[in-house]
Amino acid sequence: MRSIKRTWRLIRRGYQEHRRLVRDIALVCLADGLVGASFGAIAVSSGLPFWLPMLLSVLVFAGASQFIFIALVASGGNPFAAVLAGVLVNLRHVPLGFAVADVLGQKMTHKLWGAFLMVDETVAFSIAQKTLTERRVAYWTCGIGLFLCWNLGTLLGSYAGGFITDTAVFGLDAAFPAVLLALLLPSLKDAALLRAALLGGLIAVLSAPLLPAGVPVLLGLLGMLAAWPQKAQTEGKEAVQ
Amino acid sequence: MSLVLLAATAVLAIATFAFRFGGVALRQRIKLSARVERLMTVAVVALFGGLVLTSAFIEGHGFAGFARPAGVLVAGVLAWRKAPFVLVVLAAALTAAALRLLGVP
Repeated sequence: MRSIKRTWRLIRRGYQEHRRLVRDIALVCLADGLVGASFGAIAVSSGLPFWLPMLLSVLVFAGASQFIFIALVASGGNPFAAVLAGVLVNLRHVPLGFAVADVLGQKMTHKLWGAFLMVDETVAFSIAQKTLTERRVAYWTCGIGLFLCWNLGTLLGSYAGGFITDTAVFGLDAAFPAVLLALLLPSLKDAALLRAALLGGLIAVLSAPLLPAGVPVLLGLLGMLAAWPQKAQTEGKEAVQ
Repeated sequence: MSLVLLAATAVLAIATFAFRFGGVALRQRIKLSARVERLMTVAVVALFGGLVLTSAFIEGHGFAGFARPAGVLVAGVLAWRKAPFVLVVLAAALTAAALRLLGVP
């Protein structure tokens, strides 16, 4: 009980100090909640048992892989193939975990829960912040908020069945890349990073028609190559500063 | 069938968690030089570049249609002009929704 009160006080203080950040995160949580509702509705309306979308949202908590998983299972596909596809899509979480390791710190419980709550939006919000405290606030607020909204959305969607099966009507499918782009944009002022992002994006988009989902985004890591020539120069500049 | 689905969900959940935790644990075991730190930043930006463009342009294995990338483009311009985040996200959704209402795929 005491620890709940303490946590609540921390959340309130965090909100007061980082109000704008928390509000931005809340908007993303709301949008993802609606996508979660469409996930639940699509799963149940394509004949899958009610508990399946719920269980996926609680345990897997990774939107793209969940959609691919239910699409393959519902179309009568082999469940092994569905798992394999989901696993491929989530492989990018390894480099993402690499990127936020310092935000999670050394405490084992933080590492375990933090890893569990890791999704694209959490990582993007976190690395877009300037100080370590802000990174931590962004990571945990976004992670916990998204987990709650995603699961609440899935539950409502599964119950209500067909009420939102197509979030495309609301343009919500454009919200996800827009959020990531807005968070990425400040770091693209660095010319080398811009080249890396563009090459990574190009490789991913061009390979997407040919490769299974998830692999093209991983291949995007090759975009690093575009930052190579500039590296020595940038380091020199940093050394001067 | 239920049992198979239950097992499949469990395997996907365990693998996903293992990737997430694995990345975190691996990073904390390795001491990185400033050069490699910089390379890591580049890697993450490249990864997000791939994620932004594929989620803007690709649906399944094909082109997602014009409405979605148009929404993302509007959002990108607004973000670049330093518009508030709320406006950026809403503009993306509204642009895509409006174009679809007009019959653009």
